[in-house]
Order: sequence, then C-alpha cells, then structure tokens
Amino acid sequence: MIAKALGTMLTGIALAAVTAAPALAQQKTSVKVGFVTFLSGPASGPFGVPAKIAAEAIVESLNAGKAPAPYQIKGIGGLPIELVVIDEAGGATKQVSEYRTLVQRQDVDIVIGYIGSGDCLAIAPVAEELKKLTVLLDCGTPRVFEEGSYKYLFRTRPHATMDAVAATMYLLDNRPSVKRIAGINQNYAYGQDSWNDFEATIKVMKPGVDIVTSQMPKFGAGQYGSEISALHSANTDVVHSSLWGGDLEAFMLQAQPRDLFKKSVLVLVAGEPYLHRLPGKIPDGTIVGARGTNGVFAPDSPLKRWLVETYKGKSGGIDPNYPAYSTAQAFLGVKAAWEKAAAKKVGSAVPMGAAKGVKEEMEKAYQPPTQEEVIAAFEKSSFDTPSGKVHMTLGKGHQAVTGTAYGTTRLENGVVKVGNIKYYDADRVNPPEGVSSLDWIRSGFKR
Amino acid sequence: MKLDRTSFAILAMGAILLIAGPQLPSWMVSMLNVSLCYGTVVLGMMLLMRNGIVSFGHGLYFCLGAYAAGLLDQMLKMPDMLLMVGAAVVVTGVVSAILGLLLAKYRDIFFAMLSLAFSMILYGLLVKTASLGSTDGFNVAAKTVGGFAVAPESQRLMVYSLAVVFATVSAFFLHSYLASHQGRLAGAIKDNELRVEYMGASVMRVVHRNYVISAVLAGIGGALMAVNIGHIDPEMTYWPQSGEFVFVAILSGTGSVFAPLGGALVFEAIRSFAYEYSPNTWQMVLGITMLLVMIFLPGGLWSLFTRKREG
Repeated sequence: MIAKALGTMLTGIALAAVTAAPALAQQKTSVKVGFVTFLSGPASGPFGVPAKIAAEAIVESLNAGKAPAPYQIKGIGGLPIELVVIDEAGGATKQVSEYRTLVQRQDVDIVIGYIGSGDCLAIAPVAEELKKLTVLLDCGTPRVFEEGSYKYLFRTRPHATMDAVAATMYLLDNRPSVKRIAGINQNYAYGQDSWNDFEATIKVMKPGVDIVTSQMPKFGAGQYGSEISALHSANTDVVHSSLWGGDLEAFMLQAQPRDLFKKSVLVLVAGEPYLHRLPGKIPDGTIVGARGTNGVFAPDSPLKRWLVETYKGKSGGIDPNYPAYSTAQAFLGVKAAWEKAAAKKVGSAVPMGAAKGVKEEMEKAYQPPTQEEVIAAFEKSSFDTPSGKVHMTLGKGHQAVTGTAYGTTRLENGVVKVGNIKYYDADRVNPPEGVSSLDWIRSGFKR
Repeated sequence: MKLDRTSFAILAMGAILLIAGPQLPSWMVSMLNVSLCYGTVVLGMMLLMRNGIVSFGHGLYFCLGAYAAGLLDQMLKMPDMLLMVGAAVVVTGVVSAILGLLLAKYRDIFFAMLSLAFSMILYGLLVKTASLGSTDGFNVAAKTVGGFAVAPESQRLMVYSLAVVFATVSAFFLHSYLASHQGRLAGAIKDNELRVEYMGASVMRVVHRNYVISAVLAGIGGALMAVNIGHIDPEMTYWPQSGEFVFVAILSGTGSVFAPLGGALVFEAIRSFAYEYSPNTWQMVLGITMLLVMIFLPGGLWSLFTRKREG
C-alpha cells in the first residue's frame, strides 16, 4: 500500500519535472536586470566603468554556468540574465526619471546600481513606491537605511562608516604615538562624511589628539598648492584623505615633490582603485583601504580567482578593483536569494503521501519564485562572494556588513604592493542594528 | 478679459492632460510630469528672452523653489503640496525682487554672468551646509493637498494633476500678460530700449517685473519638481542645470507659450530614449539635436508651426 503510494508519487514527481520545464520556459525566459552605473563624468573612470565591465563579465560567466560553487546554476535560478545598462550621470533628478523608465517602460525584473550617494538616497523611496527589487551597488552613505526603512531596497556592500573606524584602528595599531592629525577631503557629502567619521573616531580612540587642520578643496579642484602648504605648516603626523580619481592623482603629483609625506603618513581610505596608476607617485608606507576586503585584500578563494579571471578577460588584463567586487556582491546576493527562494518552494511543495495534485503542486513549485519570495529569502541572508562572506544584518536585514582590511604600500619592481595587511571583523567596525553610525562612534563603539 | 484662440487652446490642453492622465501608461505620466515642471521654468526663460535677455542662472530660483518646498516638509513638518508651491512663490518672489534691482541694469553677457554668479553662490552655500545633506541633498515627500490627505496609490496622479494645473495656469496668465500693453513692452525693449524710454515707459521697471515673474515661474517649477522627484540636491542650482534651461528655451523658441511646454516634452523624450538606446553617447545625441535645431530652425521648434501657417 505504502509502496504503491510512494511509487505513484515518484512517478508524479518525475512527470512534473518533465512537464514543468517547458511550462516554465513559456512564462519566463530570462531575468532582466537594469544596471545603472557611471558611464560618463569623473566617477566613470575609477568606479563606473570597472563596475560595468564586472557586470558584463559576471553575467556572461553566470549565463554560461561557469561560476564556482555555490553558484554553478546557469544565470539566476536557471534563467539567463539579460542586462540593460544605463548611465548614472546627470544627477538625482534624471536618475529618478530614468529609474521609472527602467521599471515602467523597460519592465526590468531587478535594478542593480547607483554609485553616487545622492542617487541612492533619491532612488530609495521610488523603489518602494514602484515595488521593485532594487540593489544599491556602491554608494557609501549610512543615511539610506539609518533614516529610512525599506522592503524592496537592499545594499549588498557595507556603508562607509567602517572605512573610518578601521582606518583609525589600523593607524593607532601601527603608529601609536601620533599626536597631530590633519585631513584633505573634497568639499561634498562623501568627503565631509568621511572626514567627520574619521575625526569622531580618532577623538574617541585617542582622546587628546590634536586636529590641526581640515582642508576641504572643492570637488575637481585640480590645484592643491595652498592646501599642501597648509598641511605642511600644520606640522601634522597624519594626513587623512578620501580623495579619489583625478583629484587624488593631481594631489599626489603635487604633494610628492614638496616632501609632504616625509614627515606625515598618508591614509587613503579609498585608495585601492588607483594603486596601478600611482607607482612612483605614492610614497612607501601609505595606509590604503578598499572599502571592504576587496581587491588586494580579498582572501584567496575559488570565487575570488573566478572574478579576477573573468574580469581580466574583459578589461584587457587589469585587475578588478573594489567597485568590481561590489558588483559581484550585488549579483551574487540576488542570485543566492533567488535560488534559496526557489529551493524553498520546491522543498515545501511536495505533499507527503498525497498522490493527487502532486503534478500541479510541482508545476507551481518549479515556477520562478515571485519577487516577494526572493525578498523574504534575501532579508537577513548570508552569502559567499569574492570578498568573503556578506551578512545582511543592518537595516532590518537589508543592509550588508562585511569585515574590512587595511594595509601599507611599498614599491616593488615598479609595482605598488600592499603589505602588513590587518583584517577587522564586521562586528568590530560596523554599528549594531538601530544605532546611527555617528552615535555609535561617539558612544565609544558600544555594542 | 477677452479670451483669444491661444487662451482656449491652453485651457483645452490642460483639460486633455488632466483627463488623459489616468489612462496613460505610468512611464508616460512620469515623463509628462517632468516636462511640465521643466516647461514651467522655461516659460520664465521665454519671457526674459522676449526682452532680449538670457539668464544662465535660473537654476537659482529652480533650486530655491525646491528647497523652500523641501524645508517646509523637513523643518516645519508641513508636507502640503499647495503650501510647498506657495512657499516657493514667496521665497523666489522676494529674492528675485531684491536681486532684480541690480540685475535689471545689465544686459547681454553681463546679465548672463551675473545671474550665473548668484546661482553658484547658492550652490556653494548648500554644498557647505552638512545639515541639509550637502551634495547628497535630502528626500521630500508631500502627503496632503490643501490640507486633504492623499491616498498613497493616487499620490502619483495627484502630483501629476497638480503639475498640469500649475503649468496650465502659468501658461494662461503668461499668455495674457504677453498680450497686454505691459507685456508687449518686452519686445520693444529688445528692439530699442532708448525709444521705449522716450515713449514714457521705464525699461528698468519692466525688466525688473519680468525678471521677478520669470523667477517665480522657475520657483513653481522647482517646487513641483521636488514633489515629483521626491529628492532635492544642490545640483538644481549648479550651472549645467541652468544651461539646460537655456538649451530647452532655444530648442523651443519664443514664439508662443506652447513652445516651452512642447520643447520641454521633446527634450525629455529625446533624453530618455537616448539614455535607453545609446547609454554611452546620450550627451552626443542631445548635442546633435541642438546643432540641427540651431542650423535648420533658428527660431526653435516652434517655427515649424508658424512656417506652416504662413505657407
């Protein structure tokens, strides 16, 4: 009796598996992903275009089923990924319009993107209004999930607070005697936030330290003569900087001949994307970070080797930088959540012992998961990425945390190498749930 | 007030847009909404251009209007759409009335540069104001209209309808103003200021008044845009934004109040489809459009319609 029922059930499952496949193909043939990144403007070179190259390389490799475990399934849940790339340039106003276009006219299933913090803040409520699964790619501001609470919005990379916290820890570990601190940061939101976090952190960790000067040249200034003089005369032990792109290169070119770094150690919180462009311009002993365990800081793993290999195939041999790792985090996070949701559907669908309705149940179970199911699986999830494990623990399970790392540069045979790497666990450098970053720093890192 | 054909056409356009709103696909409503906000600002640009003046700093009032609306929500906790537009009108009216005293004396490149300078001062101030989010700006959410709460699902339609109403009313009044005695002085000033003075009108006063009107229109456009987009940042007063208004004004032409509204829609449509179909070269598509219009239609897109009528 039992054997007979079991037999019917097994036949049912086999039948369902065979017949479900074509039914699925009719309904949904691909997962359309809108990918938004800077293709023009100052942020395109260091961040936007590497992210785009990474997205194209990753999608191609995932669609071919070439990614290592646990991501061997082709595309996302067996469906090929269709990539639509648009430019993030033009400001938040245009990005909101273009986001609506992506969702309403182009009918994408998922939006992955946004590097500018202003764009992320502007997109957040619109994603919620249009009820579209949206994964923020690379923006740093903690305000997104500290000021709001979202259902459809996720960020698979940690926010920028940990950059400042870990930089301070690394600095004090290696140079415990520093007394005079200075900074040079661009006068816009990211530069201001970066400096404020660093200043607050170091005041808590080493009370009595002197903040001698904070230089705030305007974004894209290009000329840093007076700022370098000010840093010089301030006689500082440390120069903190979140400069990036052309601004960073110009500053390094102008500061190096004036021997600014003979007496002051330079801390570049986001210096990693430029290392290959700076041999000879970056002094040995500069402290650099990559906003997470990305790039040179990524621990060796099959996933890391996979990203480096697929990326290099598209970039003409240049190694992936941290925006490329952020892109991998976003795609793999969505894929992990989707496939987890699909597996859960199948796992809970087979009615044990009931022979009737098995075929229908299985057909339903092999449908791609709905957006709601993917979101439920995404919330509070953990998944493997080329930069190690990502945990979605903040912002009610929508904001990722990871550990991070800092290191010190030295020039070896014309190549900038990073040594003396120290890793910091996610819990040490990220605020706990429900506490704003600045409050957490000021409270003395209470957990 | 006697209504002419254009006035009727404006009211008809408003009515059609209002009725069509719920039937149109939502992406088209969004595009129309943005165009109407832009169009309202460009109406003001057109008024200045009728005086022979081009402002490269109208982002100042666009941004002031948006921040007036945003701060009403952020600081005073009064997220009412009508109040937001009202606040924008008051703020831009007062600021332009003061700045206009200086600006109305200048013409040509001097006017353009001075207006640009004022807009960049606001940009600098906002970038340094960390409490308002610096370059990241902040989100704006309007929840009521004239004190009545709007259900979340009909919010988009409400924002759109409000943009239709304000753009229609602005176009209607601007049209009747341009047709009036005072309004016609604009063209006379463009042709010969000295003669206007000899005929007994004060050029200074007319230019000042037109400047204030155009600033208020930009403020209304800014407040509507803030509510529509849901986010504001200092980019709204950065020079490329002001340049874009000049771009749309030249693209549209100054022939009729319909020109700015239509031109803004054409601009939005070109930009949006260029983003979609040529993500790497969308700026070039806009640039080529501009070149073609300047070479073949020096009077802007509106000259397509006037030519036909003459022929």
